[in-house]
Amino acid sequence: MSIAWYLAVSAIVFSLGAVGVMTRRNPLVVLLCLELMLNGGNLALIAFSRMWGNGDGQILAIVVMTVAACEVCIGLGMIVAIYRRQLPIDVDELRELQG
Amino acid sequence: MLRNPFYSVLALVCHLLFLAVLFLLLRSEFVAAVQVVVYAGAVMVLYVFVVAYVGGEGETIGERLRSGATQSSGLGVGGAVLGGALLVELLIALLGTGLEATSGYGAPYVSGPQTYGTPAYIGKLLLTRFLLAFELASFLLLIAAVGGVVLARRRGGLGEEEETLTPLDLKRPLGTGTTAEGVGVALHGASIESGAGYGA
Repeated sequence: MSIAWYLAVSAIVFSLGAVGVMTRRNPLVVLLCLELMLNGGNLALIAFSRMWGNGDGQILAIVVMTVAACEVCIGLGMIVAIYRRQLPIDVDELRELQG
Repeated sequence: MLRNPFYSVLALVCHLLFLAVLFLLLRSEFVAAVQVVVYAGAVMVLYVFVVAYVGGEGETIGERLRSGATQSSGLGVGGAVLGGALLVELLIALLGTGLEATSGYGAPYVSGPQTYGTPAYIGKLLLTRFLLAFELASFLLLIAAVGGVVLARRRGGLGEEEETLTPLDLKRPLGTGTTAEGVGVALHGASIESGAGYGA
């Protein structure tokens, strides 16, 4: 299986995540789709790393995983805070920064 | 069922596991292990907890979306069209540019204890060439942990009663039987004031 197929899969995963981010309204699902996009990027990074045969892409993929974990932490904290304040859990309803 | 975020989380766990298999096929054993342990393990457990905490909202949100169906279906079609355009563009960028190497199988691979993709290789790279990125990532994790705690903590006015700690509480737990309680002065709330009175 050549490298091109991995890149095609990563492009498909990234686009699916982008569609989810654009169309879904539940912020939990939006975060999940964001994870999907980051994973598509990760797969492309690893494929390119394999292509060149050195580990830089893998290091970048691990850093991307760290950033994704931070993003999940903050995003889920925000969702819990929104739920505690009994605001609607809907990205279209949450227009104001002022709680 | 498709509107329930819990099933979305489970599907994402499956996706992460299969992606780890793809990483294994690309000879990145360490990243595959990290993917399974950190992503499919830790991060998804966080998601499951929050979905279980917030949950039950999925159906109401779905009903609200269906009630305003005309607008949302337009948005859905627009999103799908934009996503398809993005996919075509990405495929052209990745595959249509005539890169010679993408049609190959990658650089030659020799097996061994410290070759490409093994934990020793990744660890050596992380602690020598990419030390700055490593440290920055760890600081980012620390900041995110503090931020998550600050965001999700219980704010004042939501709890039933405010818990205030005084030096007396640190010395002994409340209601463990002291002379002051025997006399009948010190119950839960009163002990703080009476303790302050003793000091005066």
